Amino acid sequence: MGIVLDVKNLSMHYETLAGNVSAVKDVSFSINSGESFGLVGESGCGKTSVAMTLLQLQPENSVITEGSIKLEGKELVGLSEYELRKVRWDSISIVFQGAMNAWNPVIKIGEQIREALREHYPDNSKQTNVQKIHELFKMVGLDESVANRYPHELSGGMKQRAVIALALSCDPKIIIADEPTTALDVVIQDQILNEIKKVQELLGLSLIYISHDIAVIAEMTDMIAVMYAGSIVEMGPTKEVFKSPKHSYTKALLDSTPSIRGEKKKLKSLDGEPPSLINKIDGCSFSPRCPSPTNACKNKEIEMKLVRVGEQHYADQCCSGCVNE
Amino acid sequence: MQINAAQDVSMSKNLIEVRNLVKHFEVSSSFLSSKKNIVRAVDGISFNIKPGESLGLVGQSGCGKTTTARSLCLLDPKTSGNVNFFNPEKQTMESIDSIDDDSLKVFRRNIQMIFQDPYESLNPRWTIKDIIKEPLDIHNIGNLAEREDTIVEILKTVGLTPPENYLARYPHEISGGQRQRVSIARTLVMKPKFVICDEPTSMLDVSIRISIMDLMLNLAKELDVSYLYITHDLAVARYMCDRIAVMFNGKIVEIAETEELLENPIHPYTKRLISSIPIPDPFNIREKYTVNFEEIDDIISKNPSEKMVDMGKGHFVATHDTKDFLFDT
Repeated sequence: MGIVLDVKNLSMHYETLAGNVSAVKDVSFSINSGESFGLVGESGCGKTSVAMTLLQLQPENSVITEGSIKLEGKELVGLSEYELRKVRWDSISIVFQGAMNAWNPVIKIGEQIREALREHYPDNSKQTNVQKIHELFKMVGLDESVANRYPHELSGGMKQRAVIALALSCDPKIIIADEPTTALDVVIQDQILNEIKKVQELLGLSLIYISHDIAVIAEMTDMIAVMYAGSIVEMGPTKEVFKSPKHSYTKALLDSTPSIRGEKKKLKSLDGEPPSLINKIDGCSFSPRCPSPTNACKNKEIEMKLVRVGEQHYADQCCSGCVNE
Repeated sequence: MQINAAQDVSMSKNLIEVRNLVKHFEVSSSFLSSKKNIVRAVDGISFNIKPGESLGLVGQSGCGKTTTARSLCLLDPKTSGNVNFFNPEKQTMESIDSIDDDSLKVFRRNIQMIFQDPYESLNPRWTIKDIIKEPLDIHNIGNLAEREDTIVEILKTVGLTPPENYLARYPHEISGGQRQRVSIARTLVMKPKFVICDEPTSMLDVSIRISIMDLMLNLAKELDVSYLYITHDLAVARYMCDRIAVMFNGKIVEIAETEELLENPIHPYTKRLISSIPIPDPFNIREKYTVNFEEIDDIISKNPSEKMVDMGKGHFVATHDTKDFLFDT
C-alpha cells in the first residue's frame, strides 16, 4: 500500500459571462493503491469537475487557482500538453459518463482502442495490439468479434464494457469511473459493477467511483467523500460514514435513499436547492437547507473546514459538533 | 389450483381491468425487403387496478412497460385484448373499444399520463400558466376566472408556492424538480381517476426525487387517484406501490403485493431482478442469483401459456407449465 494519488487544496473555477463559477473549492484527498474511493453528491456539486481536473481535461474556460495533484509523486498541475499525454491513460484513465456518446460512430471499436495503444506503445506491432485488445475484451466479458464492429451495432451494456476495456488498455494505476452505469438498466448495471470490481481486484487498480447513487457507492467503495456545492463536506471509510454520518448533508442523502431491504421507512426529502456557485458563499454552504442549523450556522460565522471526527473520518466543522444529538 | 390471472382475487370493484393485452409492431426486416418481422412488445398481459391503488410495473428496458402504458391510454392502438375502465359518469365498466370521438374526451379526462423527462414534456414557449390551462381550455371547464383560480389552487397543491411567482415563468426558468411538479399539476388539474407515471423521477436528483414521490403519494390519498407506476428501480417501486407486476419480454411473469414479492420472489426472472438491486448499506453483502435470460426466454417461448398459478395472498406466478423451472434454479 502506498499513496497513488494525492490531491491537496485543489480549487478550480469556470470563467463565464455571468461571473466565475467556483466548481471545486479547496478539495483534498488521497488514494492508496488498490483502494476504491467514492465521490458522491447531487448533480452540479463538482464531482465531474474534480474528475476532469485530475486528468487535466477540463474545458478551456476553467482555471485552477490553487492546489496540487500528485500522481505517484509527480505533479500534474502545470504540466505541458505533451507531458500530460504521456500521463493520461498510462497512469490514469477514465470511464466516461454515458458510454453511448463516448465512441466515434464511424470508426470500428477495435480501431479506436488501437489508437490509444499506438499513441502509447509506438513500437508495438499491429499483431501485438490486436492480441492485447482481445485480452482486454476477454477480461470485460466481450467477444473478440466486437473489435470489428461499429458502436451502433452494440447494446448499451456492451458499449460500456468496451469503454472499460479502452480505459484499461494502457495498464493504468488509477481508473476514474464517472457515473458509468447511469444510462443502463438495473440488470446491466449489476453486470458492469461486477466487471469493474473483478478487473480492479485482478489488476490491483485504484478506483475513483463517481456517482449520485448512494446504493452503488455503498457497494463499490472503501472510502467515500461527500461533495456539496464544490466542497467535500464529509470524508471517511464508507462503512463508518454510513454507520455514523456526521454532516447533516450526508445524513440527508442517506435518509432520502430508498432500499428494497430492511424495514420500509419513511424517507425524508431535502428542501431547497443547492446554492449558485457564482457568488462567494460565506460560512457553511449547506446551512440554508440544513434541517437543524444552529445560530452560528445561520449567521454564517463558521468557515468551512474539514476537521477530524474519527480515525480517517473527517467532516465539516460546522456540522461535526451538532448533528448526532 | 390453477386459475387464470383474469379471475383476480378480489370481489370489489376494479377501476381498470386489462385482459390479454397484446401490442405487436411490424418492422421491415431490411431496408429494401418487403418482408415484415413482428416485434411482440406486449404479448398477452392481464391485471386489475382498484380505485386508490397503485400498481408498479417493473422490468428491464425494452420489456414493454412503456408500450403497455401507451396502449392503455389510447396513444397507440392495441393489437388485441380487452381493456375495461370504470366510467364514473355511468357507474359501469366500459371497454375502450367502445370509445368514439365524443367519449374520448371524457375518457382522457379520467386517465392521464406523467412522462419521464420534464425537460421534454413541457412546451418551452409556453408559460407555466398556459401549460396548466391547456387541458382546462380543451375540456371547457369553468369560465376564464374560474380557470385562473383552479390553476392557482393546483400550483399550491403541488407545492409551487406562492403561485404568482410561477404563473408567468417559462419552463427553462425553473429547476427539474419544479418542472416535474408542473407536469403533475397539469395532469391533476383534470381530477383524473387513473394516472400512468412513466419513470417520473428517474431524471431527478436524489434529494428532489423523494419530495416528488411523497407529493404523488399524498395526492393519491387526497384525490383518490390510482397509479400505474412504471419503473426499472424496485426500490422506488417499493416506496410507491401497493402491488408490483414484473414484466419480462412482453409478459407479466409475477404479480404480488410489494413486500410479498420482495420477500418471496418465485419466478427466476424476479429473483434475478431483485438480486441486481444495490443496497445502500456497506455492511450488507448482496446475495447473487445468476440465471441466464436466454434460458428463461427459451422455456417461455416453448410454453407460451398465459396461465398463472395462485400462490395465495394475491401472489400470482407464470409457471410456463414447467414445475422444475420454478422451484429449482
